[in-house]
Amino acid sequence: MKKPRGNVFLAGVGGQGILLASEVLGEAFLLSGFDVKKSEVHGMAQRGGAVTTHLRYGPKVFSPLIEPGTADLLIAFEKMEALRFAHFLRPGGAAVVNAQEIMPPSVATGRERYPERIEERLAEVTPKLYLVDALAAALSLREVRAVNMVMVGAASHLLPLPEASYLGALRVRLSERVVEVNERAFRAGRGLLVSHGAGG
Amino acid sequence: MSVPAREKVELLSGNEAIARGAFEAGVKVASAYPGTPSTEILENFARYEGVYAEWAPNEKVAVEVAHGASMAGVRALAVMKHVGVNVAADPIFTASYTGVRGGFVIVTADDPELHSSQNEQDNRHYAVAAKIPMLEPSDSWEAKEFTKLAFQLSERYDTPVFLRSTTRISHAKGAVRLGDVEGSPVVPGFVRDPAKWVMLPENAKRRHVLVEERMRSLAEFAEGFEGNRIEWGDRGLGIITAGVSYQYAREAFPDASVLKLGMAHPLPSRLIREFAAGVSRVVVVEELDPHLETHVKTLGIAAQGKEIIPLVGELSPRIVREGISGEAVPVRPAKGLPGRPPNLCPGCPHRGLFYVLNKFKVTVAGDIGCYTLAALPPLGGMDTCVCMGASIGNAFGIEKALGKAALGKVVAVIGDSTFIHSGITPLIDIVYNRGFSTVIILDNRTTAMTGAQENPATGRTLMDEPSRRLDLAALCRAVGVDHVYTVNPHDMAQTEAVLRRELFREEPSVIITEAPCVLLPDHRKAKRPVYEVIPDLCTGCMACSKLGCPAIEWVPFAPEEAVAAGKKATQKGMARINPLLCDGCNQCPQLCKFKAILERKD
Repeated sequence: MKKPRGNVFLAGVGGQGILLASEVLGEAFLLSGFDVKKSEVHGMAQRGGAVTTHLRYGPKVFSPLIEPGTADLLIAFEKMEALRFAHFLRPGGAAVVNAQEIMPPSVATGRERYPERIEERLAEVTPKLYLVDALAAALSLREVRAVNMVMVGAASHLLPLPEASYLGALRVRLSERVVEVNERAFRAGRGLLVSHGAGG
Repeated sequence: MSVPAREKVELLSGNEAIARGAFEAGVKVASAYPGTPSTEILENFARYEGVYAEWAPNEKVAVEVAHGASMAGVRALAVMKHVGVNVAADPIFTASYTGVRGGFVIVTADDPELHSSQNEQDNRHYAVAAKIPMLEPSDSWEAKEFTKLAFQLSERYDTPVFLRSTTRISHAKGAVRLGDVEGSPVVPGFVRDPAKWVMLPENAKRRHVLVEERMRSLAEFAEGFEGNRIEWGDRGLGIITAGVSYQYAREAFPDASVLKLGMAHPLPSRLIREFAAGVSRVVVVEELDPHLETHVKTLGIAAQGKEIIPLVGELSPRIVREGISGEAVPVRPAKGLPGRPPNLCPGCPHRGLFYVLNKFKVTVAGDIGCYTLAALPPLGGMDTCVCMGASIGNAFGIEKALGKAALGKVVAVIGDSTFIHSGITPLIDIVYNRGFSTVIILDNRTTAMTGAQENPATGRTLMDEPSRRLDLAALCRAVGVDHVYTVNPHDMAQTEAVLRRELFREEPSVIITEAPCVLLPDHRKAKRPVYEVIPDLCTGCMACSKLGCPAIEWVPFAPEEAVAAGKKATQKGMARINPLLCDGCNQCPQLCKFKAILERKD
């Protein structure tokens, strides 16, 4: 059977664990026999700034970058960042969005307001919008840093891999002492989207 | 790390792949200075067994160490970001003349789009200027293979070899097939050979002749090199390309004919002519300068290049498609969103210093590091930033231009690692040439911006061994600065008092602000307080907001909300501290006149 191809765009704020989330996703596709390319930016951009990762899979992948209007799935770790990069979605693409709001410097210092109606504006871009509270799920596991695996778990419903691929990737990519909490975070995330009726 | 089976495929970044390639090539000595996007190459290489890897104080030293190791007959690697090659250019240009014994490869990681750099220079020019061959991989797979090949070419042609990466190669991940470790046929040992190693004019003159012969041989090699290949497709469009641009071109025009060049210098003229003769339209697709295009045009080939492909910034499949097809597809990002630029971390010690510096209304000559972020609002505390170490020379130049009027008006601000890299010599200049400039060394016990690397002042090495810690204060005294003081930048009153005294001193002085980077593991593990704003006491004066700390959030009020909260209707809002972000640095409580910021007790 010909392998499907797809583009997954991850967006959020430096420090939210987006790079690790994309590592696990990339590894999961590689373990399942896909060609994978993934692009990100380190260094100055990471210090609390907007962070994105482009992840592409298929039988053969050339460019490591996703073009605007061609992402099948947007995984946004922060609400406003979802809107900032929503134009990367193709028509009919899906978005899994963490409801968490993180103030950028101009808002935190009172020079600008955090935008309103983000959910409505996102819904105008895609009807396949899944808003989840990944922060609450991570805090209920007493591990605020697990937001990233909660998001991977939630998004996994919208990707063509079985659960075992992600769990296998977690074990390849993470040190042994944190595998368990990340597995629980992944499962908690998966649970979040089932309640949205997005099983798959 | 043990040697894995031949067929193992892993998902590696370009940097991880280059490290793996160096390991498989049997590299024994590697030296680098950290710099985005190159840093992870040596971090990964250092984890392999049986190798020596080090952080050098700067790129010039890194090249000299690797060159020395090559003289002694082992394979050696020097790694740097694009601007690091400027620092290292002096030994590189003459290493081209001496050639090598053990294979000697210099990695230059360029940063088109300036993701984390002060310029976007195109280092392919260095290959031409220094007469050194340059390989240019277009993904992780090739990054590993080309690294191994570079060592073979180095020994075969008696030359250093450049391997050029860019951000989208170094920080993109792709499949890589792991291979076995190969050795070098060269026998280790320094063999005395003054005609080769002692570059007196007479010897160098003879070596130059050999360099020219070598480059002619390499040009012949390039014609048959399998990394330079034609992928015939539709003959209506022929694209000449290299590096990551190859991937964009294949993505944008999957049916076109493509000449993919894996070697940026020297270029295969016959192969280029053959390709151009086989297609009706030739377009050169390359990032930054028209390096390939210029060569193609000197061959008399009518090609399109920079008139349709941008010279500034990085490319993408979309830019390539639109440039060649001439049709633009509109992109509509959401409008009116507040930007999210990078920021100093919550609890960053630099923030305390820059807040205090702002009170003095001085010109701040800045430098390269996390503290460059203090140039952004609300701190807005930096007036210049040029290159590693430039702060001190720039400040002294301003002093000499303005004379006595500059007293108390100019400071240089430089990080610990950056000071060691290039700040010592300009400090000597201030002392020697009778200046009075004030230099502030921000010692956060790490090379922070690139992700917390060790340096001579941290007392540990890249191989994770304890080392003699460089005493910055003693160093400054040794070059002749009599006034060297250490302050804790989190203690803003102390920092202000010392600054007030030293800024106006008519002699050189150095102030070392000493507090660990909040990203260091020891700091993260330490138990730290969390602060909160007591809502009843906050008057909304915004004094704490001026720190620009990501943990301090402004909660705006409408007048009726203010009244409901028991405030004056004129109060526009109040501050709140995000407990998930607060690092407990204790800077903001010092700014609150109303004592509204207290340690949380729960």
